[in-house]
Amino acid sequence: MWEIYKKYKYDFPIIIAFIVFVLLSYFYSYNPGISIFEDNFWGFIKEMILALPVMFILVGLFDVWVSREKVQKHVGESSGIRGMMLIMLLAFIQAGPIYAAFPVAYILWKKGTSPRNIFIYLSSASIAKIPMIAFEIGFLGLKFSLLRIIISIPIFIIVATIMGKYFTKNNYEVKNG
Amino acid sequence: MIPIIILTVILTIVSFVFDKKKTKKAVKKGMMMFVKILPTLLSVIIVVSVVLYLVSDELLIEYLGKEAGLGAYVSAAVIGSISIIPGFIAYPLAGILLKTGVSFSVLSVFITTLKMVGILTIPIEAKFFGYRTAIIRNSLSFVGAILVGGTMALIYYYI
Repeated sequence: MWEIYKKYKYDFPIIIAFIVFVLLSYFYSYNPGISIFEDNFWGFIKEMILALPVMFILVGLFDVWVSREKVQKHVGESSGIRGMMLIMLLAFIQAGPIYAAFPVAYILWKKGTSPRNIFIYLSSASIAKIPMIAFEIGFLGLKFSLLRIIISIPIFIIVATIMGKYFTKNNYEVKNG
Repeated sequence: MIPIIILTVILTIVSFVFDKKKTKKAVKKGMMMFVKILPTLLSVIIVVSVVLYLVSDELLIEYLGKEAGLGAYVSAAVIGSISIIPGFIAYPLAGILLKTGVSFSVLSVFITTLKMVGILTIPIEAKFFGYRTAIIRNSLSFVGAILVGGTMALIYYYI
């Protein structure tokens, strides 16, 4: 019990405080509180309640069915440009919020994806998921989206390369997610 | 999202037909990961919900609008880095900002930092990769996002 508490020592107080805050807001009809709960919090919950468990089941399936050798061969240390393209493609077709990309990146890493490709995956998933791009074009125009993506790709490859080097050098052990 | 859900259902069924035991293990593993991350996820969502309330549309227009001058870029970078606003809220919001006179240059800094840097999601990222890596990655992404946003700001109106 204490272990669990320690692991989430910041999370539980926040959650409990929020529950109390929302209950009091409803009790005293405190509008900002109700708005935070109904418009923002509930919106996020609706967004993730299906998306995340689904992502995690995919991660689980990937874990039991895809061998380490296969992952290593396609997106591992010696996968080169092809591996990089493959990992970007995987990130672009992803849907859902950025925090859904973390478990996927984690399992890819555990299965032998090169650190650089892990960080390319995370950056790609945050800048250019195809479902979101359609949305972006609708509101800000094709020129804006295209320009943003074209400029972003070389920059985040540089960021990922630095991160990959750092990650390899510090020789991280796999944490238990 | 719906295609992913359908894909997952089909894959799970196919997997189940081939190997019951493996599939059960896979689902259990995935769910365990989900449950483990849930408290952190909830607390992050709570903080984001409160921040999102405090950062109102009016506030954004005030800080990112024409009157703000160069400061608009700084505000865009700071607000963009802190908040995580899901795309379906962020883009309509960006559309509104554009209509009220916020320039494409400022918006590009806002959108790139918004997408590439997530200070509030660092606790979730750290659960998988550790705090140090998460913080360094976000710092580097911040520099990257400023470069992207800055380049966009410089060339958007010339091409």
